[in-house]
Amino acid sequence: MARTLTINGTRHKVDLPDEVPLLWVLRDELGLTGTKYGCGVAACGACTVHVDGVAMRSCQLPLGSVDGAVTTIEGLGTPGAMAAIQNAWVEHQVAQCGYCQSGQIMQAAALLADTPQPSDDDIDAAMQGNLCRCATYPRIRAAIHSAAAKMKEA
Amino acid sequence: MSRIGKIARRTFLVGSAAVVGGVAFGAYYINRPAPNPLQPAEGQAVPNPFVVVDQDGVTLVAPRAEMGQGVHTTWAALIAEELDVDLAQVRVIHGPAAAAYYNTAMMGALIPGKKYEMSGFTHGLAEQLGKVGKLMGMQVTGGSTSMVDGFTRMREAGASARETLKEAAAQRLGVERSRLTTEGGKVIAPGNIELTYEELAPDAAKIDVVTGVALRDPSAWTILGKSVPRVDMVAKSTGTAGFGIDVRVPGMKFAALKCNPARSGMNGFDATQALKMPGVEQVVDLGDGFAVVATNTWLAIQAAEAVVADWEAPTYPATTDAIMAEITRTFDTDPDSTMRDDGDPSTIPAGATEVSAEYTVPYLAHATMEPMNATAHLKDGKLTVWCGNQAPIIVQEKCAEAAGVPQDAVEVNTTYLGGGFGRRGDFDYAVYAAKLARAMEGTPVQLAWSREEDMSRDFYRPAAIARMTGAVQDGKVVLLDGQIASQAVIRQFMTRIGIAPMGPDKQLVEGAFNQPYGIPNYRIRGYATDMTLPVGSWRSVGNSHNAFFHECFIDELAHAAGADPLEMRYELIRDVHAPSAGTLSAVRELSGWTGSTPDGVGRGAAFCYSFGTPVAMVVEVVDEDGAIRIAKAWIACDVGIALDPGIIEAQMTGAMIYGLSAACTGEITFTDGAAEQQNFWDYDALRIHNSPLTQVKVLETNPYMGGAGEPGTPPSMPALANAIFDLTGKRPRSLPLSHAFDFVS
Ligand code: FES
Ligand code: FES
Repeated sequence: MARTLTINGTRHKVDLPDEVPLLWVLRDELGLTGTKYGCGVAACGACTVHVDGVAMRSCQLPLGSVDGAVTTIEGLGTPGAMAAIQNAWVEHQVAQCGYCQSGQIMQAAALLADTPQPSDDDIDAAMQGNLCRCATYPRIRAAIHSAAAKMKEA
Repeated sequence: MSRIGKIARRTFLVGSAAVVGGVAFGAYYINRPAPNPLQPAEGQAVPNPFVVVDQDGVTLVAPRAEMGQGVHTTWAALIAEELDVDLAQVRVIHGPAAAAYYNTAMMGALIPGKKYEMSGFTHGLAEQLGKVGKLMGMQVTGGSTSMVDGFTRMREAGASARETLKEAAAQRLGVERSRLTTEGGKVIAPGNIELTYEELAPDAAKIDVVTGVALRDPSAWTILGKSVPRVDMVAKSTGTAGFGIDVRVPGMKFAALKCNPARSGMNGFDATQALKMPGVEQVVDLGDGFAVVATNTWLAIQAAEAVVADWEAPTYPATTDAIMAEITRTFDTDPDSTMRDDGDPSTIPAGATEVSAEYTVPYLAHATMEPMNATAHLKDGKLTVWCGNQAPIIVQEKCAEAAGVPQDAVEVNTTYLGGGFGRRGDFDYAVYAAKLARAMEGTPVQLAWSREEDMSRDFYRPAAIARMTGAVQDGKVVLLDGQIASQAVIRQFMTRIGIAPMGPDKQLVEGAFNQPYGIPNYRIRGYATDMTLPVGSWRSVGNSHNAFFHECFIDELAHAAGADPLEMRYELIRDVHAPSAGTLSAVRELSGWTGSTPDGVGRGAAFCYSFGTPVAMVVEVVDEDGAIRIAKAWIACDVGIALDPGIIEAQMTGAMIYGLSAACTGEITFTDGAAEQQNFWDYDALRIHNSPLTQVKVLETNPYMGGAGEPGTPPSMPALANAIFDLTGKRPRSLPLSHAFDFVS
């Protein structure tokens, strides 16, 4: 059944079975490859996007259940105009292989929207679903704290 | 070689990227230059494949795969340091598959001998032998060799480019080259005349390359030796870095792979149900498996599950118990190697106390964050392949075979790697894509693996068993005799790439035979289990199990001798290898090691010299309501020259956590020849909340440059096990530790 999705502020017509997860609609149908596949079972967080501002695992979100505006890493900021959280990621040189980082950043952005000044425990609770096989965790933590500090100043 | 001939101009094709109207530089001083991989569009030869300067600026053609270790950044920094450009001005692209990009350091790492003992002479020999790597087409990213390999070659390329651009300016302005200077991508002449490299490029393309330029002294470095912003960081923070799975080619189909999980053949399959599923276009027989081609990856994966396949039985023992029994039996065969045999290790010295222990570690998966995948397109007799890989020449050769085209009709485009850890040194993912492309001639196709397929079809770190005997006397270790049985990873890999393996398998015993301990009676024997169960290089290869065996046992010996385990290591190493001893004193200081810990806290130390870099580590665990938390860790390493301390720190920390993850919960077990673990819920790793707070100290006293990507892994597992012994009094002798201990999860 054809339906319309709003992704990063743009409306897209999609004609696919209802059960296809949003992840694959983004990646394979719409060419938004910034959102990554890691496990397909909500165990790694690589596919994290926002639906109406809430962080969700797009690999477990069937197309038929998408009921809000979707934001992906491409919608958060661009190389020429990065979001505060992305700037913090660059400042702290977080990424190694980089494959998990779209999901990490989307999860962190949702955390900061909810909890603008997160404690280490808040970070642990919000971020533990996001696996990083390169183990960039110390810098992820530092980048979140520094983005929080910058956003407070602003 | 006095001079490298004329350089070309116009358009070069570097992989799929075109470089227009520029000049290329590099330096490969080997007697017979390998055929040049940069194909000038107008039939001219391009001798130098590393740096290209054209109207768009400076491009580094990096023939090593960026898999997170920062090689693109540090190689760009090596060039920028001599070329006088800002790092931000250097564009970096992955190089094509070409023999000119052989890894000089890799073969050197394969020669027998304990590297820490090498004199300048034998180091030179290792480098000479390194040139043989070219003959084997080893354009390999691995073995923590990239910095050693690129250190001189990249600076020479930068220096040669700088002087050639200056020469072009000198001729244009009619002044002596010696009166010119360079800065920020410009040649500067007396009277404040500035010429940009971009505008000089066409002139530089017409003159001979200036070679034999003296390299700058490290004291004059302005970029190297500092942490610099990674060239891939913005792309990796904005979702714009292209990984293999992100390749999109017009008209491309999506496919999912499913192969025999018992790693054997396929008798046939029934795809009736699958072919009726939405979006499914065809199911292609790939020999020992099949690919479902569909309009998107998820539909393909679903349909692959609906295919009923008849798999052949495994050619190796079908269960973990039977596999381990096979490895155990190897102890009854002749040793594959005795790479260390000092003193009289067969006799316990009179009056000494004997200690013995047996250790076991399991099979492990790499579990790179990006599952295996490759994209291929066969058209008009030419095969184009896109994938993240660690060895493009091998990929090229094997894909040519699979697609039935000559090797030079295969173009390999290397993308960013969503993790390598050794897994992408194999080539199976590309070969299946090439086979599929052959069956779908004319249509580009991306062949993705589900996470389950990735876990089931890995080339695992093999299980290994060690039998250790030792003796202590008067508080000192007087004997250490280790026997290690496992599958020979490198031998199996060599066979896979079609090279007859020579001699004993060094990797089977590395991390045990080549440690700088001064023990008078000291022997290490390796026993190679001949088994077809697929195994491969896993971050730090044999060191990943041998450091666990060796360093847990050293701890047991220290305990038996009544000595402090960190202090005793220092005493045993001090007179053998000063940089190694230095890492132990540094980690003692960094961690505030006193030899005792409060109740509820345990600390363990471990050391391993691997890939030319000694690493000492202390891990602290705490009892948290009956569960163990890995609270803190301290790492000291000596890499000789720290080209980018920030990247080294990140690699050390990441490699340690990679090892700790395996030590806590990592294991692959087998039923009916198939891996039982399928996804991150049964093959997990440490996460942000249960990783230790870590401090890293990078030392630079080592006279030779060592690697950074792997040496942090080996000491992590024994340091944790030793800390748990300190906390609980219970000696862990097998991994994963979660079988016997509860961790904070
Ligand atoms: S891919 Fe969705 S959580 Fe792993
Ligand atoms: S940066 Fe490689 S998986 Fe996170």
